[in-house]
Amino acid sequence: MSDQSGASGNLDPSPVSSSSYTKSVSDFIGIGLLLFLLVLPKLSVLFGAIENYIFPAPYGRFQNLLSSNFLHVLILIFLYSAMSQAWNIIGGYCGQISFGHSVFFGIGAYGAGMSVVKYGMVPWPGVVAGAFAASLIALMISYPCFKLRGHYFAIATFAVVEIFNRMFMVWDWINGALGLDYPIIEEGWKQFIWYDSKVEYYYGALALMTLIFFIVRFLETHRFGYYLRAVREGAEIAESLGVDSTRVKLSAMALSAGITALCGSFFVQYNLRVDPPMVMSLDMSLNFVLITVLGGIGTLWGPFLGALVLIPLQEYTRAWWSGDGLDLIIFGFMIVIVVLKQPQGIQGIVSNMFKTKKRE
Amino acid sequence: MNTFLQVTIDGILNGMIYALVASGLSLTWGVMDVINFAHGEFLMAAMYLTYWLAFYGGVDPLVAWVAAGLFGFMLGWLVFRLVVVHCLDKTPMAALLATFGLSMMLKNGCLYLFSPNYRVLSGTWLEGKKIIAGSLVIPLPQLVTSIFALLMVSALYLLLRKTRLGWAIQATSMDREAAELMGIDTRWILTLVFALSGACVGVAGGLMPMYLAVHPEVGSLFSLIAFLIVAMGGFGSMIGAFFAALLIGLVESYAGFYAAPVLKYVAVFSLYLVVVQWRPKGLFGW
Amino acid sequence: MSAALAFLEVQNVTMKFGSLTANSDVSFSVEKGSIIGLIGPNGAGKTTLFNCITGHYVPSAGKIFFDGKDISGLPPYVIARSGAVRTFQIVRPFKEMTVLENVMVGAFLRETNVKKARDIAERCLDLCHLNEVRDKPAGDLPIGNKKRLELARVLATGPKLLMLDEAIAGLTSTEVNEAVDLIRRLNRQEGMTILMVEHIMEAVLPLSDKVVVLDGGVKIAEGPPDKVIYDEKVIEAYFGLKFSQKLMQLQARGLKNDE
Repeated sequence: MSDQSGASGNLDPSPVSSSSYTKSVSDFIGIGLLLFLLVLPKLSVLFGAIENYIFPAPYGRFQNLLSSNFLHVLILIFLYSAMSQAWNIIGGYCGQISFGHSVFFGIGAYGAGMSVVKYGMVPWPGVVAGAFAASLIALMISYPCFKLRGHYFAIATFAVVEIFNRMFMVWDWINGALGLDYPIIEEGWKQFIWYDSKVEYYYGALALMTLIFFIVRFLETHRFGYYLRAVREGAEIAESLGVDSTRVKLSAMALSAGITALCGSFFVQYNLRVDPPMVMSLDMSLNFVLITVLGGIGTLWGPFLGALVLIPLQEYTRAWWSGDGLDLIIFGFMIVIVVLKQPQGIQGIVSNMFKTKKRE
Repeated sequence: MNTFLQVTIDGILNGMIYALVASGLSLTWGVMDVINFAHGEFLMAAMYLTYWLAFYGGVDPLVAWVAAGLFGFMLGWLVFRLVVVHCLDKTPMAALLATFGLSMMLKNGCLYLFSPNYRVLSGTWLEGKKIIAGSLVIPLPQLVTSIFALLMVSALYLLLRKTRLGWAIQATSMDREAAELMGIDTRWILTLVFALSGACVGVAGGLMPMYLAVHPEVGSLFSLIAFLIVAMGGFGSMIGAFFAALLIGLVESYAGFYAAPVLKYVAVFSLYLVVVQWRPKGLFGW
Repeated sequence: MSAALAFLEVQNVTMKFGSLTANSDVSFSVEKGSIIGLIGPNGAGKTTLFNCITGHYVPSAGKIFFDGKDISGLPPYVIARSGAVRTFQIVRPFKEMTVLENVMVGAFLRETNVKKARDIAERCLDLCHLNEVRDKPAGDLPIGNKKRLELARVLATGPKLLMLDEAIAGLTSTEVNEAVDLIRRLNRQEGMTILMVEHIMEAVLPLSDKVVVLDGGVKIAEGPPDKVIYDEKVIEAYFGLKFSQKLMQLQARGLKNDE
């Protein structure tokens, strides 16, 4: 994965080696983290067993690790960082701040949902169809919207969400505002449905997140990734260097929309229910944007770090305070601080810590 | 024919209210290229203020709008100095995102303090009063708000075109550096513009509890529609925004009546997409 | 038909913005392997003409041929891909990318492979003396280096026709000499055809094989620099008598140095 960054100049102390050094460190941490997350559920079984042996049942603390609430939080972290990473491709790397991603998320959710609820099939055909439909619709919407600049583009994407939301509310074929409720069916990987256990969902979400992070890591080191950033920094200049900026933007949007739809499919399979406001709303769209901004827009780790901070905040303030909107007040405050003080988000804070450490 | 007239009147009244809400936004967009995403939450906060003034102090909205306007002015001043001013030299999206954060804080702050309940003000002076002409009905609260909208937009227009202050504001919006060289304190001008924008939306929020329920989410839709209006009107064009507001009010009214109520916002948002396809910088933009 | 065309051929190009005519019926040609200077006073329509050639504007009338193909009205990226690449008068680096990455974006025009593109980019950085700053964010460079970066980025694309929009303006005199040397080297050694819009006469005249003079959107003279200098219209419209004499002296010295 890090072949070409690691290969160049290990000996000379020029800054290049340090930037490729950072990249290899990041890869190393990434793979380490992945391995850790892969065995985490097993580990907690182990810890739980040991602890049960020492402190019998009612005192067991580590068992909480396996508790479905803990897994639920992890699953949401994976899902939201996957979603934000998908958005990061077009919003972060390519600089097209879209507030319309909940539309693609919703299409993915409805794809899987329709497949199961209306047609009584496994969700997979709907997953694939949803991803394709989302990409296609993304292309159709984006082509005219990319002509708009700055705020005009942002507002157009808002408008698209509102239009889709309301059309889905009155669309009979997909049950309109009632939404789709999953029937009780057989469990298993084929159906991607489990009623009591969350471990499978955990692995599903982990796989989804890993896939999307790999895609972005791959893009970062290939021509398309460079083009994405060039278009963000200046489409006109990029064009003068032979880059077809419209095509770059459209491809990025289609890719981003397609994998966003995959996340939507996971969401519906996990919730076993979908209606338009759940998936296709401005609030949902904002999740994509704000998590990425909080974590570090246009960076590989940003979406993960953002979700890692936000989701526990959300879940635990709700659990402990039953607080109406308290989590969102804190989240809003963090966004303001990040935009004003640290445009690179948490990722920026982390890498600054790394840098100062290295200097010491 | 009479229904058509009635629907048209409703649309115009609605459009005027939108114009009132959007006028302040148009000002900040035009002068500093900033979309204040918390604009709707300013509105909501001003509505709460009026509501509580009426509820505990018995102050009628027809009086309380002065307080709400002042409140909006101060809120705008504060927000500009604390947040927006630091975004101006960053990317265009910085201010949008920062004010997003702010809108979440305001909205959820009100949710936390006042609960999500809808609060309807009763016993106001104009409650239920209307002008009846034949079969046409013009509700007085809305009419008064519309008149305010007209006055407000004209006042802003005159301020920008006819006064020294307006000249300084325009100079600042065209070229900040050149304005500095001419001896204009642009930081002060920008603060004032943002505060004025807050005052406009404050006045709107002061009047609207006469006929609208107050709740933490009330600002969101108004924000969105105000964005559409300002964008459709064209970059900072006060007159453009005014006509765009009327257009949107009418389209909403017609679509709601002749198609289906759920489709009225579909029509409004589609209208925006169509207009900017035809004129990417808005109706009065260049 | 194409056999009769020069490498770059501008035929009767007119560019109007509403009622304003920026260029009117301008024609000239650029031979392969030559250096052409496009000069004229402020507002003469040089940059507009330039933007027509590079596809940033679609000319209201007239045709532009490059390398035997009609390129008038094609989008900028297509023209760039065909080998005619430009720099910008106001330098606009990809600010948040490093200097090396900036140049790699240019290199990707002829090389998809990242490693090879990096090699090309590194060579271009060497040429433009930017190797020491290659891992800095381009936005942090001082103006002189930004101008070099602009050139390096374009060179990385491997252009057949290099179009420089005031690439020398705003540089210190040492930097000007450096740039002049580089341009000459590119022309002589790599056989690159160069079209430069420029204000600084000291640089353009000794470099150019031919200059085209615009005034008020119209071509008023075309020819070898030493001829154009004496052209009455040019003297009148552009230099003023005194300045033109001074230029002639400079010109004479420049040619001497050259030999």
